[in-house]
Amino acid sequence: MSLTSLRVFFIGGLLSYRALFGWLSPWVMIPTFVIAPIFQILLFTYIGRAAHLRSDEFYVVGNALQYASIPCVFAMTNTVAGERYQSTLGAVLVTPAKRIPLFVGRSLPVILNGFLVAAFAFAAGGAILRIHVPASSIPALALVLFVTATATTGLGLSTAAIALLARDTATLSNIVFGTLLVVTGANVALEDLPGWMSTPAQGLPLTHGIEAARRLADGASFGRVGGLVAAEALVGLLWAVLGYATIRLLEWQSRIHATLERA
Amino acid sequence: MRNVRLLAVGWVMHMKMLSTSSFNGLLAIVYPIFFATVAFFIYQAGNENALAYAGLGAAVMGIWGSTSTAAGAALQRERWHGTLEVLVTSPAPFSLVLLPITIAMASIGLYSMFSTLLWGRLLFGIHVPVHDWPLFCASILATILSIGMCGFLIAVAFVRYRTAWALGNLLEYPVWMVCGFLVPLHEFPEAVQWISRTLAPTWGMRAIRDASNGTPIVTDLLVCVALGAGYMLAGVILAERLLRSARAKATLSLT
Repeated sequence: MSLTSLRVFFIGGLLSYRALFGWLSPWVMIPTFVIAPIFQILLFTYIGRAAHLRSDEFYVVGNALQYASIPCVFAMTNTVAGERYQSTLGAVLVTPAKRIPLFVGRSLPVILNGFLVAAFAFAAGGAILRIHVPASSIPALALVLFVTATATTGLGLSTAAIALLARDTATLSNIVFGTLLVVTGANVALEDLPGWMSTPAQGLPLTHGIEAARRLADGASFGRVGGLVAAEALVGLLWAVLGYATIRLLEWQSRIHATLERA
Repeated sequence: MRNVRLLAVGWVMHMKMLSTSSFNGLLAIVYPIFFATVAFFIYQAGNENALAYAGLGAAVMGIWGSTSTAAGAALQRERWHGTLEVLVTSPAPFSLVLLPITIAMASIGLYSMFSTLLWGRLLFGIHVPVHDWPLFCASILATILSIGMCGFLIAVAFVRYRTAWALGNLLEYPVWMVCGFLVPLHEFPEAVQWISRTLAPTWGMRAIRDASNGTPIVTDLLVCVALGAGYMLAGVILAERLLRSARAKATLSLT
């Protein structure tokens, strides 16, 4: 990779994140990334208590990881939608910069954001509901959170591609968030879901990561969840490749049909 | 009579506008269904007898869901459109201009309510019995009005914040949690139950459940309406003060 591509990857990615992800103001960031995930954890924990179903730990782990999808999906989608909103999408796409550093570089700050949101939600939710996690599991849990945030960002790259076709990405991202909430086992164990939901969930990010995190929180060693972590990483990679390929395809289509600003 | 006409015309106009917005229309229907689905699965697996309880609660949840974020952003939206100054300087009282907007937002929740009831019925076989239809409808109407008035207070209170939508969004989960939509209030600590009692949606939800069960609803209904009226009064006073201040300091546009 050339020095220019490295600059596009790291510096361009960071600049894009700061410029396009409009949630970095403390007035948005604190309610959205700090307070809301705690209330989501509490909401489902209390529903679980009322239904006498699962332990508090089940909901803390599930919702902490699932909430990473807020930054991961919304921020990645804004890498395209935000450029259009700022009227810079055309300018970005006519640059000679290589596309992999251009788009994938934008994912690094997002992954870090998703990881921090999930880690904070896990720690705060765990402290409020007094769940106990073995200290020996914490490094492995951190790795699982990171892999899960990375995989979810891969899905976000795919929703970013759809933003080349559709204007209303806020609705799209919310629907993706809701789908992940229902089918990935964040609040309902996969065995309690019908097959038409639990089977496709195997191909979605979060599903394997949440399962791995739950086992680690129960004291399992990293070796026992290695397969789940690998599956989570593979799922994320496939979504990222799909997203990147779709972006390239739609970019090419938009040049041929002059439809870049029509969406 | 002119005020009533202003409220009615404003409500119809904003219902039409909100219905054409995929964010405020489609998402207001779909988004609560995701949460309702999760709650249905949890109750189905853990306490199937409570499914009807969850079915009704999840349906009403959408009324709040369609109001909280949208109401927080209501005045910011007018600011973006460049119409806030026009509305403020119009001869009609500003509260009468704003109130139909937030009541329309709560009314959009009716779509969500019906679609959640239908979703629960078709996918989970949840049958919500209604023993007294007139009282059931009256309690839904009172809940919509009181939530709309609560939205009015939120819209006014957040008028000075550019990112008011985030603050409105923040209120979505707590109210879903503590107003007895999906979790019985006795599950919470006493202090939280006291907070619940100051919130009109709690009483609206109780009235709807009581009408559904055929138990008396008068007290719940009256408290719901009284709290809604209290929010409206607080909103009117606050609006007057904030607008006077914004005029004096020329800060309405926040530029």
